[in-house]
Amino acid sequence: MLVSLYRYNPETDNAPYMQDIELELPEGKDLMVLDVLNLLKERDPSVAYRRSCREGVCGSDGMNMNGKNGLACITPMSEVVKNGKLALRPLPGLPVIRDLVVDMNLFYQQYEKVQPYLINNTPEPAIERLQSPEDREKLDGLYECILCACCSTACPSFWWNPDKFIGPAGLLQAYRFLADSRDTAQDERLAELDDPFSVFRCRGIMNCVSVCPKGLNPTRAIGHIRDLLLQRAT
Amino acid sequence: MAVNSVTNLGRSGVYDWMVQRVSAYVLALYTIFLLGFMLTTDVDYEAWAGLFGQTWFRIFSLGTLIALGGHAWVGLWTVSTDYIKATLPRFLFQAACGTVMFVYIVWGIQILWGL
Repeated sequence: MLVSLYRYNPETDNAPYMQDIELELPEGKDLMVLDVLNLLKERDPSVAYRRSCREGVCGSDGMNMNGKNGLACITPMSEVVKNGKLALRPLPGLPVIRDLVVDMNLFYQQYEKVQPYLINNTPEPAIERLQSPEDREKLDGLYECILCACCSTACPSFWWNPDKFIGPAGLLQAYRFLADSRDTAQDERLAELDDPFSVFRCRGIMNCVSVCPKGLNPTRAIGHIRDLLLQRAT
Repeated sequence: MAVNSVTNLGRSGVYDWMVQRVSAYVLALYTIFLLGFMLTTDVDYEAWAGLFGQTWFRIFSLGTLIALGGHAWVGLWTVSTDYIKATLPRFLFQAACGTVMFVYIVWGIQILWGL
């Protein structure tokens, strides 16, 4: 089969280019895209990509496979290959460091903005802050995010304003803490989000939902944030 | 830090969002009313002038014009901040949009009340 691989080494290349590589895949096996990348790297050790856990937990190998973002380690070839061809590109919208490796700074800066940690100014209890099972349930579908950046880099609003729009991943985490019964900073958190860019650049096209490798729904979380902002303002 | 902007309509994201949603309802209502009027009435000069001669319809029309101005401002402001990255062209585009909307509203008042 044919793998078309995005190559860019800033030290030797003036511009990025697509390298076409013919590859024989072992018969009777449905490899993951990451396995194919590993095969390519065996042939050409200069191919650069991030990977770590190889089972969809660490979120390192987010990339664009035949036009759709996803994790290479849990994407079977049978799912993405079209007409015997696989095009591998880095996550769109972030600066490329080399080949499939992108600079995630903008992404992390937006994540940092939502203060992704519990804020509670009441005196600490002796053992732990308790939460009812019902309150705990509200965090389901929010806490599972692995920050692979597949969603934010599939979002045109994030492409146009990566410095101002928090993006689906950051907003999912923003809501994860807004919805937490143990957090006492809801009003401060909402005040930080009430501007025309941070939340409201979301146009609800749901690219984030369609690419999330963990099956999460950032668009719904953004809707909840908007409801909270409306309640606060009206 | 929340993102600051001095050129958007209401300084606040919720405000702009609300303006766009509410103005959309006004625009839809006006459009549906006019369509209904044209379908149910034999529209000639008399009927048209009669409709626009009534104060309630002038107020409805002016409200719609203001809604259009607000709606277009929020929408075009968003488009300009998405696609025009250099400050000066973006500011000029926004200024042109603002001027056009202001002219439409003042001109609209003139037309509606036959001033």
